[in-house]
Order: sequence, then structure tokens, then C-alpha cells
Amino acid sequence: MATTDTSYAGAETARPRVDHLLIAEMVATGSRVLDVGCGDGALLQLLTDTKAVDGRGIELNREKVNASVKRGLSVIQGDADRDLADYPDQAFDYAILSLTIQATRYPKTVLEHLLRIGHRAIVSFPNFGHWKIRGQLLLTGRMPMTENLPEPWYLSPDGHLCTIKDFADLVAIVGAEVEDAVAFNSSGTRIPIKNAWSFQNMMGEKAVFLLRRRDGR
Amino acid sequence: MADPNVEHAPEAIVAKTTAAATDAAAQATAALAEVHRPTSHVATFSESEALTLDSGQTLGPFQIAYQTYGALNADKSNAILICHALTGDQHVANRHPVTGKPGWWEILVGPGKPVDTDRFFVICSNILGGCMGSTGPASINPKTDKPYALDFPVITIGDMVDAQVRLVDHLGIGTLFSVVGGSMGGMQVLEWASRHPDRVATAIPIATAPWHSAQNIAFHEVGRQAVMADPQWCEGNYIDRGTRPARGLAVARMAAHITYLSEKALEEKFGRNLQNRSARSFSFDADFKIESYLRHQGSTFVDRFDANSYLYITRAMDYFDLEAEHGGKLASAFTGTRTQFCVVSFTSDWLYPTRDSKDIVKALNAVAANVSFVEIESSKGHDAFLLEEPEFFDTVRGFIDAAARKRGLAARGTVAGGIGAV
Repeated sequence: MATTDTSYAGAETARPRVDHLLIAEMVATGSRVLDVGCGDGALLQLLTDTKAVDGRGIELNREKVNASVKRGLSVIQGDADRDLADYPDQAFDYAILSLTIQATRYPKTVLEHLLRIGHRAIVSFPNFGHWKIRGQLLLTGRMPMTENLPEPWYLSPDGHLCTIKDFADLVAIVGAEVEDAVAFNSSGTRIPIKNAWSFQNMMGEKAVFLLRRRDGR
Repeated sequence: MADPNVEHAPEAIVAKTTAAATDAAAQATAALAEVHRPTSHVATFSESEALTLDSGQTLGPFQIAYQTYGALNADKSNAILICHALTGDQHVANRHPVTGKPGWWEILVGPGKPVDTDRFFVICSNILGGCMGSTGPASINPKTDKPYALDFPVITIGDMVDAQVRLVDHLGIGTLFSVVGGSMGGMQVLEWASRHPDRVATAIPIATAPWHSAQNIAFHEVGRQAVMADPQWCEGNYIDRGTRPARGLAVARMAAHITYLSEKALEEKFGRNLQNRSARSFSFDADFKIESYLRHQGSTFVDRFDANSYLYITRAMDYFDLEAEHGGKLASAFTGTRTQFCVVSFTSDWLYPTRDSKDIVKALNAVAANVSFVEIESSKGHDAFLLEEPEFFDTVRGFIDAAARKRGLAARGTVAGGIGAV
């Protein structure tokens, strides 16, 4: 019988993901964080260990919830589309949605909830505007499959894929402003997004946005 | 709440022989003896230490019967209180003195189990109003030298918790590392966390609700009416009259038992199968396996449980409404709490459905509490919390281990004399 302590040590030594490290850089030390779609709790663990955050998570998959609970994290089995409405306004400093928005049923509503629940929202997503994806669609005429989008269209949970430009549009539509945004690729190379969206939209495989409501609350 | 041994219930209920009837009578006598001289530790509280009940009445002197497992550490930081359900008792992890069956949560509580008695000092007390040695309606009323019967005051879940607080004080323990319970035990967990947030480091309310629903009150009322309709109940004075409302209580138990299962569990376990016969008998015998099973549940229950206790405890559950207790706002029950919660529900539990657990979670979220929540996939209905459910055990073990680590409690197998995990 494996002890929980062993699995904890194993979880701790795993190398953090590039997008997690980028998010961790955006989070202030000692803040309150809600990670929506927190998986096995790897990001919350990283934020707890390196930024001393007071973290909470929501995750749909029960086994992953259990994995988070074993790490000592506070995680609720739930669904971004259904359960965010239950959270009070401005309860967290940051509401994070990492690589999940494309799999939600109502991305706009989810984003609005994130901006309501958190003083700031951090959203990462795979960029459908990356040149490899454009190239595949152009050359094969079929839905692209890449490292980041490994499933065929009929199995993929990602019903709402978007490009960096698309996401920037949504940010404007929900009345938020971009405080910081970084595009990056699988090797970890970062392409800061300032105003030259077109270049990043071609070169970044994924992107992380740090958002704030325009009314500054 | 239900017997943990339902899986092992005899397939055939043979007509009771004289010997079996004698056994049952002997068991009932043994059960009554437990009321006065329990096979447990007993903490007694004098009249000057009387409890002030939610009803405004006082109760004292009173006594609480309890079991403990494992050892309390030097700084008294490793105590876990287990709260039992409606028909449970303090014998959570040892053979039952009346029925001879294993402890009702022995699969969860014990050496190396998720609630590990090698590491933790586990306390389980019979609730106030119970019939296994804590003061209840079958106890002797010192004012009359007769059993209290209906002179026993109506109690609440909060009163049960207040009595447990006295016990924990008596044991010299300030903060409990955890309070754990399912069903009505879960209601006690919520009351503990609400009334004594500084004394509860972690709380695990399982298969429970922040208030008793109309449906649940309805089922309880059916049970109570069955007991009170039995002429042997004698307006509650059956002990004094030397009778026993066994039929009424058995019917109450049968009705309640249906609510502990799911339709799927009933279908899988019994279906329309006949009991020890190949054809219908064209009579009102227990033709079907499910009938035989329920009759067995009813008849074994009455040999170990006091009918008036059943009335009082179901009433306490019906009165439970944590939201109403806090001005109609459930979140106010937990304002400022620093307790870490782990809420668990089961998919097929229609008595205390996931919806109820989610209301608890929502309230805790509203006050920014530390809360985890897991809904366990199970076809076994409300009973699932008493049965072998590996994912459920995983959750409890993971939560307790992580919380113990945070509080610097010894890892498994490091308590002197403890059995190390492999």
C-alpha cells in the first residue's frame, strides 16, 4: 500500500508547466486565488509553494479532485459553467482559468464570472491562430490536430477554440482591460504581446492574459 | 444509520423457532441493561452541571457513554470525534456488546484505516437521547425513579453537540483535530463547526444536509406514527408496564430502511425474486426477497433499540435547520471560520442528495472558508457512507493525511507502538 506521503513527495518534485510558471509570475505574493478547472492541483500547489497564496480550486473530474485534496488543497468538485454563479463578488484577488475556457459551454459568461469573482482574471488558452494550425487547415482542408489539440474534432472537448485576436475581442466585449499578456510556444519561448497582435497570433502556441475590469474595481 | 452489515443479512428468514425467540428476548434484555450499565466508558455530570437545552428546559444530572481508540498525544492535538447517525452508537470500531456484530464504521476507523487509530485518538459517544448508555428516554428519571419515557425533554442536534462538548471538556481536550460523521452524524459535525469553530480544526460532514427536508420529515412522521399506533407502546410507558412496541418500531425501521437504499440497489439486490419458494403463495407471507429482507431488518432492530429513543432522535433531526438558526442565512453559521471542511455526498443518495451538500459548500464559499467537496459515484443510496466505497475512503484518507501534515502531526506508523504502513 502506497502512503499518501509518497505520492505527495512525487507530486512536489514534478517540473512545473511553462504556462503555470507564467501565471505564477503574474500573481502577487500572499493573494487569494481561485483556480477554475484546477486539474490535479499542480498550479495551486506551485502558487502555494512559491507565492504563499490562499488558494481554492474547482475541478470537474473526481479523481483529480481527490488528487488535489491529498495535496492538502481546498478543491470543490464542480463545473465552471454551472458553479461559478454561486461565488460572491470580488471574493478573490485572482480568478484563474488555465487552458479551460475553450472547453466551457459559455466562454463569455464564464469570463464575466471570473471578472466578477476576482479583482483580476488570468486566462490561458491554446491559440487557434498559430501558423501550424493555419497551415494544416489550409493544406489539408481538415480540422487541425497538434500537440496542443491532440483529439479529432469529434472527440475533442474543446468546443470553443479561438485565436489570440478573437480573445482580445472578447475581452473588449466584456468590458475588461488587458494588464499583461504573453504568448508562448511549447519550448517555453515567450513572445510578449503589446500591440502587434498579428505577429503573436501567428507565432504563439498558447497565450496567458491578465485582465482587470475596466471600472477598476 | 442503517446496519453496516446489510450485505451479510441472511438470505433466508426462517420462521422464528422458540430458541430464536428466546435469543431475541435475551438480546432485548441485554439492550435494556446497556441503557443503565453500558459496556463503555461513562462520563457523568451532576445536577449542577445540567444542560440548558434549545427548548429552554434543563437536563441534569446526565451521563454520556463513549468509546475511545488509540492514544491521545502529549499536546492533545490528535483527537478525532466520530458522530453517529440515527440508529448508530458509540461502538464505531469494536464488536457490538448486544448484537455481537463488528463496529458500524470498522471499515473506515481502525489501525491503518483512513481514520487511523494508530495515529489518532478517536472518540465516539452515544448521543444524548440514545439508548446505549447516554441519558435518554429509557434512562431512569431521578425525580420519579422510573424511566423518563415521554417526560424526557425534546432535544435538538445542537443539544447533542452541547453534551459532546461536555465530554470533550471532561477528557481535557481543547481543539479536536477533526469531527467526522455521516447523515445525522454530519448534522452534528455542522453544529460543532458552527457553534465551536475554534475547537474544530477540520470537519468532515458526509451524506448530510444543512436542514431536514419536508420529504425527510414526512418519512420520520410515518415511523413515529407506526410506533405510537402500537398498543404495546402504552403512551410511551412500555418499559414500566413490561411491554414492548416491537411491531410498531419494526414497521418504522422497515419504512426507513427503504429510504437508505436506491431503487437501483433494490433492483440489483432483490429484483422480483422470491424468497425460498418457486411460486407465489397466494397469501401475505413474505413471498418476495425484499419483503423478507425488510422484515429481518425490522425484527433485528427492535431487539437492540429503544422505541422512545427513535421518536426523540427523529424529532431532533426534523428540527435541524442550520439556516433558520442563523437568521435565514446559512453562510452566517460559518462566518469567520478557520475550520477546514471536506464535504462528501453520494450520487444515488436521494435522502440527503448532493444538492444539500452543495448548499453547505455554497455557504462555506460565501464566507471564504477552506472547503473541499467530492461527490462519490455509487449505486448504493444513502447507505453508501457505511459501505466499502474505495473512492470515498481515498478522499477521507487524503484529506486527513494532508491536514495532519499541515498541523505537524506524526505521519502514519511513527506513533510509538503503532503499526507502520507498508
